[in-house]
Amino acid sequence: MASKGKLLSIYFTAGYPDLNDTLKIIQDLEKNGVDMIEIGLPFSDPLADGPTIQQSSTAALKNGMTTEILFNQLRDIRKSVSIPLLIMGYFNPMLQYGVEAFCKKCREIGIDGLIIPDLPVDVYHEEYRDIFEKYGLINVFLITPQTSEERIRFIDKVSKGFIYMVSSASVTGSGKGFGNVQTDYFKRISTMQLSNPQIVGFGIKDSETFAQATKTAKGAIIGSAFIKHLTENGVNSVSDFIHTIR
Amino acid sequence: MTYHANNKGYYGEFGGAYIPEMLYPNCEELRQNYIRIMEEPSFKEEFDQLLKDYVGRPTPLYFAKRLSEKYGTKIYLKREDLCHTGAHKVNNTIGQILMAQRLGKNRIIAETGAGQHGVATATVCALMGIECIVYMGEIDIARQAPNVARMKMLGAEVRPALSGSRTLKDATNEAIRDWINNPVDTHYIIGSVVGPHPYPDMVARFQSVISEEIKWQLKEKEGREHPDYVVACVGGGSNAAGTYYHYLDNPDVGIIAVEAAGKGVNSGESAATSALGKVGIIHGSKTLLMQTSDGQITEPYSISAGLDYPGVGPMHAHLFKSGRGEFISITDDEAMTAGLEMAQLEGIIPAIETSHAFAIFDHRKFKQDDVVVVNLSGRGDKDLDTYIDYFKL
Repeated sequence: MASKGKLLSIYFTAGYPDLNDTLKIIQDLEKNGVDMIEIGLPFSDPLADGPTIQQSSTAALKNGMTTEILFNQLRDIRKSVSIPLLIMGYFNPMLQYGVEAFCKKCREIGIDGLIIPDLPVDVYHEEYRDIFEKYGLINVFLITPQTSEERIRFIDKVSKGFIYMVSSASVTGSGKGFGNVQTDYFKRISTMQLSNPQIVGFGIKDSETFAQATKTAKGAIIGSAFIKHLTENGVNSVSDFIHTIR
Repeated sequence: MTYHANNKGYYGEFGGAYIPEMLYPNCEELRQNYIRIMEEPSFKEEFDQLLKDYVGRPTPLYFAKRLSEKYGTKIYLKREDLCHTGAHKVNNTIGQILMAQRLGKNRIIAETGAGQHGVATATVCALMGIECIVYMGEIDIARQAPNVARMKMLGAEVRPALSGSRTLKDATNEAIRDWINNPVDTHYIIGSVVGPHPYPDMVARFQSVISEEIKWQLKEKEGREHPDYVVACVGGGSNAAGTYYHYLDNPDVGIIAVEAAGKGVNSGESAATSALGKVGIIHGSKTLLMQTSDGQITEPYSISAGLDYPGVGPMHAHLFKSGRGEFISITDDEAMTAGLEMAQLEGIIPAIETSHAFAIFDHRKFKQDDVVVVNLSGRGDKDLDTYIDYFKL
């Protein structure tokens, strides 16, 4: 298929469909050739997410998922999984756990980094960067079609790992498809010669959007479409989904 | 030492803008322009004119003689209940609609709980001929039917928030999502001193007209601009912010904030954020909020829909934490009783939110010659059904 050599990253909500599906989903994703995984730490009020991820988060919390339980589920993950693993979640649960304690735990487990949509780059830079670096964690920032060039340069400077390129002005799972606006935006970013690679997320739902998104970017992230697939087909259907993408 | 926001929107450790990058351009545009726009002579002139001719300002500062006699102190009521649409909320929506126009926005979104802010937003949008979409929790839509009808009659579209607990917090989430999806043409009129910077400061400035008027009105009546105490109910805290605003940095004025204890602070059904909340982040602001030990935001409860918010504006979190403000929680029963007493002593039926503020006189003694100004933030028409049910009227 077209998008060979491009990174496929999958987001899923930990604790969904069932509380203890976390490990199986991660292992199956790796087995089926996924290059990177974002493990979603569910939050009661996920502002940047659309209905699919919100519903899976609500369900996961109802199933009893907590930060502590997730860390326990992941305790031995590095014995069976070697691809990069990131935790993606909102800042408040991390703040309550204690940012330093959270980072320390991630390090112990072998988590590579964090994506925290509501921790702005400026606050990170001033207050939390030292802690993240102390524990060797990368922190991934988002950019959008509205992000100014100056700010993108700043984010590039602060970032280690990659930049999460939000495909369009939307919450997750909107799935409007990609038009000229996105194509121009992808091109504009690729000509900026940033030092971090870019991975596109939001609105990637099938092999077509994956191919479009990765024309210039290094990879793409699929979240809502994968969760929808799990909802409809169950936790044993991971490989079916991945094979529709590539 | 100041209790106002600094230029990054922090009140002490509280405030800031903890927002996803998708919201950054919207908030940044507002942050860079709001003070400049508010200080433009043409803006001030239009704002003042509308407050005078349309809202009906200045609202009276009324000496509540019988209430004062009963509690042995001098109680003044700031009559925000007499504002057009029935509460202080419209001071802010007038300000923000003018702001939106100057920023070139042609679509307005808002969140609402009980519907008061939704009605105030729909009102100014009708006034200016601008499209208006109000997000309201599905459960609130069912229990606040008259306000839903008002918004529709004013030409607004009321969109149900179907996620989470389907109340105010979820309506706010939905409004924020709408703003993420419509970053260019849309202005989000937040109804309280909550949300990311610059909202808490901007809304407080628009509401500050309340204490600005209290100053000169009190001077006329008491020969001094400064009362001994200012009292207001706090949900998110916009009427309180307006009432305290010009007194924040004056240590001679005591600040009293009244929160909703619901069925009791420790009943599990409460909205007393200062007592039950911990530092956290809600709707883009670092503040005190009610949450689980795991950092999930919990559902508050109060008989009054306007106080039913799991957080509190960062100004108030700072007033609490620093000890500058005295926080009192009042139960549903105490508030309802105080509302009835206000009706029968002064002939004023207050909103249930406001009734909480009046209930403090049973809790806290004031000196005979203390001057206590209570903000009568809203009128009780919208709450008639609740009063009828409660008192079997």
